[in-house]
Amino acid sequence: MRNTRYFYGQLAFTILVCSFLIVPVIMSVMAGITENFFKGIGSGVTLKWVWQVWDLYADTIFLSMLIAIACLACTIALGVPAAYVLSKRQGPVARAIEELLTLPLAVPGLAIALALIVTYGGYRDFRASWVFILVGHVLYTLPFMMRSVLAVLSSADFRTLEEGAASLGAGFWRRFFDIVIPNCRSGILAGSLMVVTLSMGEFNITWMLHTPENKTLPVGLADSYASMRLEVGSAYTVVFLVMIVPLLIALQKWGQPRKMRAKMREDSPELQTEPVSKD
Amino acid sequence: MPTVRFGACLGHFEASMKNRELPFLVLLALPVVIVALAFFLLPLVRLAMIAGSGEDGLSAYLAVITTPRYFESLIATTLLSAGVTFTTLAISAVSGLFLERNSFPGRDLLVSLLTFPLAFPGVVVGFMVIMLAGRQGLIGEITKFLTGDKLVFAYSMAGLFVGYIYFSIPRVILTIMAAAEKLDPALEEAARSLGASPWRVTRDVILPALKPAFIASGAIAFATAMGAFGTAFTLATNIDVLPMTIYTEFTLRANIAMAAALSIVLGVITWLALTVSRSMAGSTVAAAG
Repeated sequence: MRNTRYFYGQLAFTILVCSFLIVPVIMSVMAGITENFFKGIGSGVTLKWVWQVWDLYADTIFLSMLIAIACLACTIALGVPAAYVLSKRQGPVARAIEELLTLPLAVPGLAIALALIVTYGGYRDFRASWVFILVGHVLYTLPFMMRSVLAVLSSADFRTLEEGAASLGAGFWRRFFDIVIPNCRSGILAGSLMVVTLSMGEFNITWMLHTPENKTLPVGLADSYASMRLEVGSAYTVVFLVMIVPLLIALQKWGQPRKMRAKMREDSPELQTEPVSKD
Repeated sequence: MPTVRFGACLGHFEASMKNRELPFLVLLALPVVIVALAFFLLPLVRLAMIAGSGEDGLSAYLAVITTPRYFESLIATTLLSAGVTFTTLAISAVSGLFLERNSFPGRDLLVSLLTFPLAFPGVVVGFMVIMLAGRQGLIGEITKFLTGDKLVFAYSMAGLFVGYIYFSIPRVILTIMAAAEKLDPALEEAARSLGASPWRVTRDVILPALKPAFIASGAIAFATAMGAFGTAFTLATNIDVLPMTIYTEFTLRANIAMAAALSIVLGVITWLALTVSRSMAGSTVAAAG
């Protein structure tokens, strides 16, 4: 703090940026529990908007939870084996698979959704079910699970562990389930938190894929912003925050997959994982 | 002699293990590859083909450039995204460097508050912009008090600009802080002992060292702003950014070929932005976005 003016100038700027991000959040929380936002908090504090949201949109909350959990199951089942294979092989085929699996991050959700609709929209039952939305969510969240597990797999010397087990007679599946999976736990946990958080908030893909019977929470939010009074939209936002904030706190705590203690390798910076929502 | 044989035996063992593993690895990779091909690559190829098989044929792609409505939307979106990217980088560089290089009471709180909106979907960000600059927003109230005129800009390109900055700051700040943490303090020390002013140290030592982080996080912010949909949808459906144009073509005009062509063009732009940045910044970019 040699230069105090420099320091306080930057501090003031940072506090300003912070207020820009946080003040509207506080305002929407207030609006959600105010009798009449236009008149201000003096008009009284009420939970009636929250109850109204519950009456109107409870099903969107449950559907979002259902899709997030199903999405988590799919990304674990698909992403963990994929990460293991990619950690074992670095040839052109493995590289191509990695590119293919991370490509959905580089393509806007709108394009992914349109592609799904023009290809599978004709299958009525599939199109009308929530599984159609699930497909989009899995494509979008899979790279996060994969990267997070891959970060752990490449941080430790699994080859030595596995060779040891193999020399003691453990077969491939035994090694995969008894050595690889248990040692990836921190990566799977970090990936899971990201997958659930992203799935709960996904809008770009979901808006195109949803049907009137299958609305997720963000779709309901867009609906309430467009057609309900400000207080209802705010109360709904508060409900969303209440669901997402615990996930965020957990992400800050466990979001960086811990490296295995045994035989650390130089960590590769390209495997840094961050929760990124692209809506 | 016995040691040599043991070594050879181990090498052989390793090689045979690698070969014997292959079928298992293929089996493990198969489901995910099938899912990605069936639900991602194949649909994208089909989308690209539909774009070329409308009533205009392949000229649907050409129409992106020749039809003023589409071309203007493309240009506006690109300019908006570029503006958002540079503004966000500037803001985040100042605050990110400040937070990483100073410790004071309340610093951790500021960091958590700045990264709090990380998981907000675009629709929620749009609502935050309405809270700030909408008809009943804070800025409107303040300007009304100060000047008598209510300043309302949420429902326009300006609102969208503010929304995308809101959206990008948490991510970019995290990347910049992570990069600043890895800076070698000795370099700075050397520059300072050679008589460089704080400003020169920042310009000649710190900012060049952070360049990969700027390129990486900037590319992600740019690609996200290009393809984002939720914020524009919440603010106003008549803002002419490319995702809204695609949405309108698809749902209101039922011009599926044109919507497909525009989506493919948009996808190519965002993919290019991320790929070019990845090769520019070395392999340190996670192509997330």
